[in-house]
Amino acid sequence: MIRYALWRLLQGIPVLVVVATLTFALLRFLPGGPFEREKALPPEILRNIEARYHLDESLPRQYLRYLADLARGDLGPSYKYVGRNVTQILGEALPVSIKLGAVAFALTCVFGVGMGLFAGVRRGTALDRVLMLLALLGVSVPSFVLGAVLVLGVGLGLGWLPAALWEGPLYVLLPAITLAALPTAYVAQLTRASVVEVIDLDHVRTARAKGLPERVVQLRHVLRNALLGVVTYFGPLLAVLLTGSFVVEQIFAIPGIGRFFVTAVTNRDYPLVMGVTLLYAGLVVFANIAVDLLYGWLDPRIRLGGPER
Amino acid sequence: MSPLGWVGAALVALLLILALLGDAVSGYRYDAQDVQHALEGPTAAHLAGTDELGRDLLARVAEGARISLLVALGATLLALAVGVGYGGISGYIGGRMDSWLMRGVDVVYSLPDILIIVLLTEVLQALLTGIPDLYRRVLALGLALGLVGWVSVARLVRGLVLQAREEAWVEAARAIGVRNRRLLLRYILPSISGPILVTATFRIPAAILAESTVSFLGLGIQPPFASWGVLASNGFAAMRSYPHLILFPSLAILVTLLAFHLLGEAVREALDPRGRDQVARRQDPV
Repeated sequence: MIRYALWRLLQGIPVLVVVATLTFALLRFLPGGPFEREKALPPEILRNIEARYHLDESLPRQYLRYLADLARGDLGPSYKYVGRNVTQILGEALPVSIKLGAVAFALTCVFGVGMGLFAGVRRGTALDRVLMLLALLGVSVPSFVLGAVLVLGVGLGLGWLPAALWEGPLYVLLPAITLAALPTAYVAQLTRASVVEVIDLDHVRTARAKGLPERVVQLRHVLRNALLGVVTYFGPLLAVLLTGSFVVEQIFAIPGIGRFFVTAVTNRDYPLVMGVTLLYAGLVVFANIAVDLLYGWLDPRIRLGGPER
Repeated sequence: MSPLGWVGAALVALLLILALLGDAVSGYRYDAQDVQHALEGPTAAHLAGTDELGRDLLARVAEGARISLLVALGATLLALAVGVGYGGISGYIGGRMDSWLMRGVDVVYSLPDILIIVLLTEVLQALLTGIPDLYRRVLALGLALGLVGWVSVARLVRGLVLQAREEAWVEAARAIGVRNRRLLLRYILPSISGPILVTATFRIPAAILAESTVSFLGLGIQPPFASWGVLASNGFAAMRSYPHLILFPSLAILVTLLAFHLLGEAVREALDPRGRDQVARRQDPV
């Protein structure tokens, strides 16, 4: 299993190189440069600045330099936040984004799986229909719409929870709910579909026939098997939570990573954009490995193998 | 089709009519300013109120329907064309070539999509020159969404083709001398058109959502043009004082996504009543 995890991590490296290459190429296609101002800098000064960041070198050279720095774990300096490097900036913002993402992930798992199981075992009842309509509504609400409703209603209207900023534990709730709503609804749909499929299988009937309490049947025999279909979505789920946090961080003025990306793109802050993209890609790679390991644990029939010999 | 499916279909039809008519539905042009009546709530003259320049919000939402649907339909068509082609060929050839092609799909799949969509859009906007600004932005965003979105279609189609390839009737067709190209295009692809149709129906709302998200962030479609994302972003900034500015664009997006999802579920149920077609279930949102 450790062998498998290491093998997968190794496979992640070319993915990151491709992401780095693609992002680098796309960034350099963009018109305008990081030091173009409305009032143009004197040419000598511009030349000096560009020389300092090696922007005067040929593109292939800059690209190789970036990869070499990356291999040493150096993401380079930020062009706009002078005096700080990308690693520092991301290091400060990452814990915020991770906390938001983790709470949203927990909400998604508990409520998504819960709703799906609850509806699935009551297939065809009115309650099932209501829950699934709710889920349908959930996958149809953009986060900025839900965010607006929550800010206006719960945050400002009722005044129960802080409507923006990031100054204490309570501040995570509204953004996390906003972020989690769509994936929760989607996970509920997936779980219900899997539960409905599993519930008629022989082993479930056997479990009931030997007199196990309904709760045990549902949790141990239905849910565990149904989760197999749901867990495959956990990798993309993490990606959805990560990229979704972009909008949510904007809405709630949260100092996470997403906030840097938009300004970094418009500022042409190349290293910062590269850093954010690579960080996200790395997290997605990790998430997919974690999902595969989890899958192997849930379903003992699957044997995780290393490279073929 | 279930009653809810019909509701979805009717709403989608209404939406298409709205997009075709554009701002003609309100009697105002979407960019006609009337500063004397700026920031008014809904009135008899302006059913959805006006924005900060006195532009009629109903006209702007209708114009937004046009832009958002154009982007979403374009992106979906592109994703389908590329995805069906790539996935179909990969699954049909099989073997080592297939696993290499799928490795490529895996890489695109692990890209942080909103980030790449944003970068691609900006680049395409710079590359496309010589067309009116609005169409340049629509085209750039549609292309970017399609270029990122085709991978999940490719995965689905590849899986379906792999399955179909092993079936007896394919072997029979081959035995009577049907050539590869014809076999794939005329026999196999039509046999899996159901799941592809379902996927397409779910890709459209995903593309609408992605468009509005990117535009909401201030990248993608930009003012003075009026996609739903732009309108929502504009309304969000002023929502405490002028809630109607965010209410109507949000409602438009919400009802549209709901309509497409209802329609998609109904199509899926009609084509695959027992829900056995795991792969064709849904598209991951965004």
